[in-house]
Amino acid sequence: MGRYVIRRLLQMVPVFFGATLLIFLMVNVMGDPIAGLCGERACDPATEAQLRQEFGLDKPLWQQYLTYMGNLFTGDFGTAFNGQPVIDLMADAFPITIRLTLVAIVFEIIIGISLGVVTGLRRGRPVDTSVLVLTLVVISVPTFVTGLLAQLLFGVKWDLIRPAVSPEAPLDELILPGLVLASVSLAYVTRLTRTSIAENTRSDYVRTAKAKGLPRRRVISRHLLRNSLIPVVTFIGTDIGALMGGAIVTERIFNIHGVGYQLYQGIVRQSSQTVVGFVTVLVLVFLLANLLVDLLYAVLDPRIRYA
Amino acid sequence: MRGATHARWVACALVVALAATACGGGDSDTGGGGSDGIVTSSWGDPQNPLEPANTNEVQGGKVLDMIFRGLKRYNPETGAAEDMLAESIETDDSINFTITLKDGWTFSNGEAVTAQSFVDAWNYGAYLENNQRNAFFFSDIAGYDDVHPEEGQPTAETMSGLKVVDDTSFTVQLSAQFSTWPDTLGYAAFAPLPQAFFDDHDAWLAKPVGNGPYAVDSYQRGSKMSLRRWDDYPGDDKAQNGGIDLNVYTDNTTAYTDLTAGNLDLVDDIPASQLANVEADLGDRYINTPAGIIQTLAFPYYDPAWNTPDSDKVRKGISRAINRDQITETIFQNTRTPAKDWTSPVLGEEGGYRDNLCGEFCEYDPNAAKSLIEEGGGLPGGRMTISYNADTGSHKEWVDAVCNSINNALDNEQACVGNPIGTFADFRNQITQSRMTGPFRAGWQMDYPLIQNFLEPLYYTNASSNDGKWSNEQFDELVDQANAESDMATAVDTFIQAEEIVRDDMAAVPLWYQNGSAGYSQRISNVKLNPFSVPVYNEITVN
Repeated sequence: MGRYVIRRLLQMVPVFFGATLLIFLMVNVMGDPIAGLCGERACDPATEAQLRQEFGLDKPLWQQYLTYMGNLFTGDFGTAFNGQPVIDLMADAFPITIRLTLVAIVFEIIIGISLGVVTGLRRGRPVDTSVLVLTLVVISVPTFVTGLLAQLLFGVKWDLIRPAVSPEAPLDELILPGLVLASVSLAYVTRLTRTSIAENTRSDYVRTAKAKGLPRRRVISRHLLRNSLIPVVTFIGTDIGALMGGAIVTERIFNIHGVGYQLYQGIVRQSSQTVVGFVTVLVLVFLLANLLVDLLYAVLDPRIRYA
Repeated sequence: MRGATHARWVACALVVALAATACGGGDSDTGGGGSDGIVTSSWGDPQNPLEPANTNEVQGGKVLDMIFRGLKRYNPETGAAEDMLAESIETDDSINFTITLKDGWTFSNGEAVTAQSFVDAWNYGAYLENNQRNAFFFSDIAGYDDVHPEEGQPTAETMSGLKVVDDTSFTVQLSAQFSTWPDTLGYAAFAPLPQAFFDDHDAWLAKPVGNGPYAVDSYQRGSKMSLRRWDDYPGDDKAQNGGIDLNVYTDNTTAYTDLTAGNLDLVDDIPASQLANVEADLGDRYINTPAGIIQTLAFPYYDPAWNTPDSDKVRKGISRAINRDQITETIFQNTRTPAKDWTSPVLGEEGGYRDNLCGEFCEYDPNAAKSLIEEGGGLPGGRMTISYNADTGSHKEWVDAVCNSINNALDNEQACVGNPIGTFADFRNQITQSRMTGPFRAGWQMDYPLIQNFLEPLYYTNASSNDGKWSNEQFDELVDQANAESDMATAVDTFIQAEEIVRDDMAAVPLWYQNGSAGYSQRISNVKLNPFSVPVYNEITVN
């Protein structure tokens, strides 16, 4: 198991370099960022050259990449165009987004899996049909519609929450945004769990467990659920990365100064240092989340062994 | 215990994954009313470091307007340049100016504002190695080329045109005659800087210190700035409230929603999507006042197809094919006013605004448009595109509407299409590299309320914002002449003559003047926007 983890960590190294190189190239394809810094006028050539030098844009691309990677290993993520070190932006943004993601994941696990179990065990009954229809609605409505609607209803009409999250983004203010962020994934988790449970109720080991006279609760929680969770865990694991990087819409609607907002601003301002830095960290998060998922398989299903 | 081993490894991996996590938190409370009440206002993260000579957009400008006072200040209502720290600015020849300061001004850290504070600040702003985006504002001062050469390294650190006489006076020598130069001194780039700025630059940036009616209380970059009234402020425009909290919003729609929910006092940028409901939501707490912003269509004069002897007819035809009234009413809900010249109504008649200067060429007449374009040889290649940046400012709607208007006038569905460009930076890039092949969006927000600022930077040969590279000798001569003219009224008249040349050649098609719009809560009153569409924070009162 230890060797497996080390091997996986080593495999991350080329993936990491490849991914950052790709991002670096892509950000550079977006064009020259300096022209946007001077508003509706041309930068004077001397200032332009000076800015280019400050941000290292006067060097050839490969050299920029090497310098960037070199700095990265000393913990220097570069400077955004407003003069703020990218590492500071991250220190502000990541805790908030991680909090938001945790809220979303908790919703996915609690609501998604319980609904999945209930519907999976009661296939074809009214509760199953209504939950299925509900998930269909949630999946088909875009997040920004759900978000704006929830914001308007809870924040303005009923005055239950603040429509805009404060800059510190405490946990209680993130509950509604978290639910909105989780909504689509939640629907998928429900459907995945339902199918998986429904399939496994007919399997041999469940029949055996029942035949042994185990109580229904124990059959469901120890045998049925544990084995049915594998596809769900895969989904939630990969969703961590997606939720962290893909919260742009939700973060903008609810005024959350997290990763999505910083990425959006970085892209709009073509601040390559910001974008590459944040995406690099997101790549790492994604890789670690995947590793985590693979390790959880072994916990859930004793038949799976790693060596 | 196989399971336990697994669980331990999972836990290890989890620790690694969450290593970056830290906890934020903490609540701040604002309250109170009356003259000590705090006003919360929407904000956007300033694009550049918050220094006077480095700020060229409105979000950073808002802060500078609160924490700095320069030699002049533009009257929030009329836009006229009025003496602030300047006791007098005297000149005989429009080249050599003697500036005398008023007594008793200090920075909020107690340091006195002296002639040296200005000279140091201006030298800092102009010096190439300080990377100041607004350095060219000092380019009129003699010796600028030494500290900021177009190429190569600077040969001096200070401009030879600036000389401190004593604590309260200094002299400025310009490199060419510029009679209205004193009126440009209200621009934020000309603010004085305290010694603290030079001693510990990073600390200053973390918490800027100025000489305005507010002092920065705390600043969390990218999210919030708290400004509090500076009680010892010596000026007569003292803050009428206890302070301003600027909160960064990710999106102006969110800020607007927060305003309607009662959590925010002031939004100075009403999202286009809400303009239709704003009167129902806010009633008379919605303000929509003219600002010094004009939107035009510029043309690529470097493209021979757009620069033929008769192409002015094509441009005039395009101008007459645009139904400005309809577009400003339906798309902008009257937050734009159809343009009638190339300046802005905020200048006033005296400042050079003429509502009849464009005349028939800005009036919608599809038939005249069609015949003008045909006379001029038709659109180059039979069709045109209007380029714009698609990332901000909801430009798509009006560009499509303008094209539609042109297509209808020409009875040709293919005549004009919009050409969206992904980001503002890329859009600017294509413009500065002269890669435009058709008309493109050009917007201009004035730096200071002078007719000169609406003409020279935009139409003078090779000027910094002359994006279409239009060039006309007669225009350049008239501008030079106007700048040298010491009598204000004559100077304005000469500028208007220059503007007539812009019209006769239709150098750019004026579209509309942009208004500033803002909405506020019932907690505050006496809210207005200045001609730069920035709220006049110091006059806001809390009920």
